[in-house]
Amino acid sequence: MAILERWEPVIGLEVHAQLATNTKMFCRCKREYGASPNVHTCPVCLGYPGALPVLNQQAVEFAMIMGLAVDCTVRGLSRFARKNYFYPDLPKGYQISQYDEPICEHGKLTFLLDDGASKTVGITRIHMEEDAGKNIHGDGNESYVDYNRCGTPLIEIVSEPDIRSPEEAHKYLERLKQTLEYTGVSDADMEKGNLRCDANISIRPRGAAKLGTRTEMKNLNSFRGVERGLMYEIRRQIKLLENGAEVEQCTLSWDDHAGETRLMRSKEEAHDYRYFPEPDLVPLIIPDSQVQAIEAALPELPSAIEERFSKQYGLNPDDIRILTRTRELAGYCEQVIGAGANPADAAQWLQGEVMRVLNEERENITEFTMEPEQLAGLIDLVATGSINRNTAKTVFDRMLEEGLSALEIVTRDDLGQVSDAESIEQAVRMVLENNPVELERYLRGESKLFGFFMGRVMAGTRGKGDPQTVKSALQRILAEMHPGA
Amino acid sequence: MNKSIDERLRGFPAALAEQNELNAVIADISDQAIARVNGQKGPLADYLLAIKDNLNLVETETTCASRILKDYRSLYTATAVQRLLDAGAHVAAKTNLDEFAMGSSTEHSCEGPARNPHNPELVPGGSSGGSAVVVATGLVDAALGSDTGGSVRQPAAFCGLYGLKPTYGRVSRYGLVAFASSFDQIGVFAGTTELAARVFESIAGHDSLDSTTSDQPVGTFAYEEEQARRITIGLPEEYDNEGVDREIRERRDDLVTRLKNDGFTVKGISLPHTDYGIAAYYILTTAEASSNLARFDGVRYGYRSPDGQNLEAMYTNTRSSGFGPEVQRRIMLGTYVLSAGYMDKYYIRAMRVRRLIRDDFLQAFKEVDLILTPTTPSFPFPIGGKVDDPLTMYLSDVFTVPMSLAGVPSMNIPVGHGSNQLPIGLQLTANYFNEETIFQLSRFIEQQYTF
Repeated sequence: MAILERWEPVIGLEVHAQLATNTKMFCRCKREYGASPNVHTCPVCLGYPGALPVLNQQAVEFAMIMGLAVDCTVRGLSRFARKNYFYPDLPKGYQISQYDEPICEHGKLTFLLDDGASKTVGITRIHMEEDAGKNIHGDGNESYVDYNRCGTPLIEIVSEPDIRSPEEAHKYLERLKQTLEYTGVSDADMEKGNLRCDANISIRPRGAAKLGTRTEMKNLNSFRGVERGLMYEIRRQIKLLENGAEVEQCTLSWDDHAGETRLMRSKEEAHDYRYFPEPDLVPLIIPDSQVQAIEAALPELPSAIEERFSKQYGLNPDDIRILTRTRELAGYCEQVIGAGANPADAAQWLQGEVMRVLNEERENITEFTMEPEQLAGLIDLVATGSINRNTAKTVFDRMLEEGLSALEIVTRDDLGQVSDAESIEQAVRMVLENNPVELERYLRGESKLFGFFMGRVMAGTRGKGDPQTVKSALQRILAEMHPGA
Repeated sequence: MNKSIDERLRGFPAALAEQNELNAVIADISDQAIARVNGQKGPLADYLLAIKDNLNLVETETTCASRILKDYRSLYTATAVQRLLDAGAHVAAKTNLDEFAMGSSTEHSCEGPARNPHNPELVPGGSSGGSAVVVATGLVDAALGSDTGGSVRQPAAFCGLYGLKPTYGRVSRYGLVAFASSFDQIGVFAGTTELAARVFESIAGHDSLDSTTSDQPVGTFAYEEEQARRITIGLPEEYDNEGVDREIRERRDDLVTRLKNDGFTVKGISLPHTDYGIAAYYILTTAEASSNLARFDGVRYGYRSPDGQNLEAMYTNTRSSGFGPEVQRRIMLGTYVLSAGYMDKYYIRAMRVRRLIRDDFLQAFKEVDLILTPTTPSFPFPIGGKVDDPLTMYLSDVFTVPMSLAGVPSMNIPVGHGSNQLPIGLQLTANYFNEETIFQLSRFIEQQYTF
C-alpha cells in the first residue's frame, strides 16, 4: 500500500481469553460450551439478591501462568473492581473486573514475521474479569438470555500500542493463542468465542512521535477478521487525514460478513463505567513463593521449543513454524525424533502424510492413533533402504488401518525393496527384450524413452525395486548396447 | 417439642393480629416454622425469632419492602438464617423495614410505616424497625436486622432493646440483600444481653460463601462480674454537644457517675474525625448502593413495567416505578459521586475520611476497652416528621455511622425511659472482634442498675 509510505498505523490489541477452568469465576457452576440454555446457573451467576462472589483459585493460577509466560510481573496485591453498565446479559448490572490494580503487568511477547524478522510487543497488563451471558433474539419481538456463559473466567490481555500493521496484529494474536494453548490456560478456540479481540487504532505521519486520535474497534473475532478489519480502518483513517479531515474518537464494530465497520458509539456516547473497588471481595494477595512455584512449573514455551528445534534438530524456520503450532504437535514430533528418526525426515512425514490424514479426518494430533515410535519405525525402514518412499506410503496407510508396526506389515505383505543387482539386471534385460521398437528408437537418439524403460522395470518389480539401483543398471546396460547414447 | 413454643407458634397469627396497627410484619411465616418443628435442640430451640425482610429464606418472598421485588421468592437461604435454624430457632415472621434498608424510621416501606409500640404516633426507628417492634412487644424473643449505619442500634434505642451491630466480617452477608456491601452487617435485637449474645454466637463465624467474613474464632459469652469491672471506658468529647437531647445526656452522665462509684475507670477520649462521618457515610454507601441495586432491572425477577417500547424504556419505567423516592434519591446520589470527574472529589476523599475515622478508633482503643456514647441525639420522632427533610433524617444517624465506617462492633443498651415515657438508649463500642467486652459491661449494667 503506497499510502503507508507516508502514514504509520499504531495499533494496540485487547484480547479476551476464556480460561479453561472447571467451574466459573465466582461460583461453582460448571463451565461448559454448548449446553442447553441456562442449565449452568445459580443465584450467584444469575445475580440474585443477596448472593455473593467467591473467587475461583484455579482462575487466579491460570491468569498468573499466562502472565509469567509473557514475562509479566505478578502484583503481590491486586484488587477487583466493579464496571457498571446495564445490559440484559449482565445480571448484576456490573461486571466484576480489575481496574487500576490488575494481577499482571509489564510483560512482552516476541514472535516472527513472514520475512523472518523478529518483533516484540509490550504487554501493558493482564487483568481478570467475568464473562457476560448471551442475548438471543427471537423471531418476533422477543429476546432471550442464556446465562451459561455468564461468570466464565476471562483474562484480558492488553498490549502496548507497539503494533504497526495488520500482519503484525495477526502474528501477535497467533502467538498469543499459541501461548495460551501451550500453557493450557485457555482452549483459545476463536470459533467458540474462547478468544476475542478488540483493537485501538490510530494513524500518524511517518516519523511523527505524537499519536493520532484513536478509534476502538470491537468484534475482530477471527485471524482473517483482524487483518481485514484493521486494514479497513487504517484505510478509512488515512483517507480522512489525506482529505484534511480529522479522525473522531469512537467505538466501531467490525462486521466480517459485510466487510465493513459500523459505529457503536461516538465519544459523546461513551460509557462512564463508574469503576470502584468491589466490596464483596477482599484484595487478592499473592505471596512471592506462589509466583516462584508457578514460574518453576511453567511448561516449555513456544519460543524455547522453536529455538531447540532449530539448534538441536537443525530444522528450517518454515518447518519449525508449522511443527510448533501446537504443543501437542511439537511434542509428537519430538517423540518421533526421540525414537530414532532423523529430524528432517520426521518433519517431512509429519507435514506430509500425517497432516494429510489429520485434515481428511478433521482430527487433532492428540486423536492420531499411530504411536510416535511406530512412525519412527517406518521412517527407519525408508532410511535403511528396506522399503522405498512409495511403498512407505502404502505401509503408512496399512499401519493406520491395522495398528501394526511398519516391519510387521512389510514382512507380512512382502513389500521389502529389491536391491540385489542380479535380479534387477535380469528385470532390465527382460524389459528391453520385450520392447524392441522402443529400444530401437532409443538407440537412434530418442533419449526421453529412458523414463519409459524405468517405469516398465519398476512395474516389473511391483514397485519394490530400489529406484537408484534400477536407474544405474538401466544406464549401464543401454550404454553397453550403444556406447555413444 | 417444647410445649410453650408449640402454643406460641399456633397462637402466632392471632397475637400478630392484636398488634396489627404497628405494621411490623410483612410476612407471617409461622406455618413454615410449625412445619419445620422436629424436636429441635440447640441453644435457640426455646425461642421464637423474626428476621428482617431483606434476608433470604427459601420458599418465602423476600420483598425488601420494595415494589420492585414483587413476587420474588427466595431460591436459597441466607447463611445467618440457616445458622439460626441450625441452632434450633423457630423463625415465625419477616419484618418491615425501610425499602432496601435505606432509612432511619421504617417509613420508606411499600407496606406503609411501622409504628413505635411505646407510642404508635412515633417511628420505631429504622431501617430494621419491624424487627425492633416485634421484640419490644414480645411477639418474638429476638430478631435479626441489618445495620449499615445504625439500622439495628437506632431502632433498638427507640424501642428499648439490646441491639448489636457485630464487627464487619463477623456475620456472613450471604443472602442478605445488599445495600452497602462494605458496611452491611446482620445484627441482633433481644430483650436481654444474654439472648443477644446467644443469637450472635449462633450466626457469627467464617462462611465460605462470603469472602469478607473473618475466621476469628467466636467465643461463648459467660458473664463474669470481676472481668466486667476491669473494663476501662472512654467518653469521646465529640459526642457531647448541645445537639443531643438534655435527658439523654443526663442519663449518660448518671450512668457514668454510677460506674465511677463502682470503681470503673472512665476517661475522656477524642475521635477527632467524627464530624466528617455523615458526609463520608452518605457518599460511600450511596455509591455502593447505586451499583448493588443495578440488578433490579426487570429482566430476571421481580417487577417489570409493562410500558417499554424498547430495552432502555423498560429499564427506566421499571426502576422509576419499582423503587420508592428514598431509594431513587440514593441511587442518583451514588451514581453521581462515582461519575467521571467527580470520583476523586467525593468517593476518593470519603475513602480517606473512612481511614481516618478507623484510625481514630484504633487510637482510642489503645487507651480504653469500650467507648460509651448516646446511640441517638434525640427521642423517637413523629411519623411523617422528617420524611420531607432527608438531611435532618440523615443527621439522626450521627452517633451510629462512625462505627459503621470503621467496622467496629457496637451495641445499643436500654437505660430506662425519659420523662416522656420513651426509651433511652446508650451505645457501647468495642475494638474489632471484641463483642465479648460489650456483652460483659452490658450485662453488668443490666444486672446492677435500674433506671
